[in-house]
Formats: sequence, C-alpha cells, structure tokens
Amino acid sequence: MNGELLLFWVFGLATLIGALFVVAARSPMSSAMSLVATFFFLAGIYVLLWAHAIAVLQVLVYAGAIMVLFLFVIMLLSLAEAEVSAPVLRFSWLVGGASTLGLLAVLGLAISRLSAQPAALGPAQQASFGSLGTLGQIVYTTYLLPFEAVSLLLLVAILGAVVVAKARI
Amino acid sequence: MVPINNYLFLAALLFCVGMFGVMVRRNALVVFMCVELMLNAANLTFLAFARQRGDSVGHVSAFFVIAVAAAEAAIGLAIMIAVFRSRGTLNIEEIKTMKH
Repeated sequence: MNGELLLFWVFGLATLIGALFVVAARSPMSSAMSLVATFFFLAGIYVLLWAHAIAVLQVLVYAGAIMVLFLFVIMLLSLAEAEVSAPVLRFSWLVGGASTLGLLAVLGLAISRLSAQPAALGPAQQASFGSLGTLGQIVYTTYLLPFEAVSLLLLVAILGAVVVAKARI
Repeated sequence: MVPINNYLFLAALLFCVGMFGVMVRRNALVVFMCVELMLNAANLTFLAFARQRGDSVGHVSAFFVIAVAAAEAAIGLAIMIAVFRSRGTLNIEEIKTMKH
C-alpha cells in the first residue's frame, strides 16, 4: 500500500465518520463541531486531488467563515438542548433510510462501471495544476462574467441577510 | 495513484449521509448543516473529475460552489433567526404555516 492510498483511507474514513456524527449528534453544537472536523479532513482529500488552492479556500471559507456564522447563530438562539430525542422508528426514518440506500445503490452501480484513472500530468502541468495562479487566470479570463455575477450575488446576500434578520429597520 | 473511483465513492457516500440527515433531522440548523455536506460532496466530485481530465475548469466550478454556498449560508441563517424570533422554535415539524 503506497502512501497516497493510505492517506486517502485515513482522510476518507475520518470525513465519513465526521459526517455521520453531524447527522447523529444530539445537540446542534456537537453537529457544528464535527462539521468543522469534516471540512478539515475533506481539505486533506482535496490536496490529494492536487487541488491545493481549493483546499485552502475550503479551510478559509467553509471551516472558517461559514462555520463561525453557524456557531454564532447556535449560541445566539441558545439551542443547545432544544431538540428532544426522537423516537427510534418513525415514518421519516423509514422513508429517508430507504431512499438514501436506493440512491447509494444507484450511484455505486454507476461509479463501479466507470474505471477512471487520474490523468498523467506533464512536468509543466505538475507545476501549475490546481495552483492559485492557474485558478485566477481562468477565473479572470474565461469566466469573468460568472465571477462578477457571484460578487453581485454576495453583495445582495449581505444586504438580504441584514434586511431579513433585523427586527426593525 | 489512487483511482478516481475511490473519490467518487467517497463523494456518493458523503452525499447520501447528508441527504439522510436532511430527511431525518428535525432541527432546521442541523438540516442546513447537512445541506452543506451535500454541497461538499458535489465539490469533491468536481475536483475528482478535474483530476481525471487534468483540466482546471473543475476547480473553477468548485470555487463558484464555495462562493454560492457562502451566500446561501448568510441568507439561510438570517431566515432562521427571523423564524426563531417570530415562532420561538426551529423544529421543522412545528413550522408548517405554508403546509397545505
């Protein structure tokens, strides 16, 4: 077993366990903390995929900004023990479990028919693939219009968040 | 080298865990966190296929997904604060004004 595969299993299992804790945890606070851990391990997976810039963005934006927002709201609403423990077997559990297993089976079947191998990168590509420079070059040339649209979307989201959350303007 | 299939399986599992959480959990905040998990699974798929093709455009897609997720989190949490202020709860079984 080579080192890359070992790292994949370590990060992959940690990501999955973190995700299961997000769903299974009783209090929203433990859910949020395991979500932070999941994002960190997922950033490790991204690095294994040579997406260094996206891995850094994942830690900065997801594990940093978005989760701080979540934690603020959880503490603001003091929901620490708001959720009562659910009964063991309910209709939504049956429907949710069955549809999830069905989707997983279909996805697993589709993926197992695919035999995808990573592309062999040349020496020039090895230096540039997944770096911030390459990302910036594409974003600022080919995808300039979507980039500006996203910046407008973020501006609207800031204004909208203030308008919606404020009691009286 | 790790086959791309492994990454795709991991993304599928992550998406299914998130979907199960959305369907089962009652707390709106936890449902929202599970939506974030599903977004991350989609991101992982983008990056895996970018690695398969040796093409950086998948990274740009993941970048845009992260930006839109940030906007979505801001708006969604603002809506949750507004709902909590008017209803005093975030249990999605008790928030059913728009249910027919």
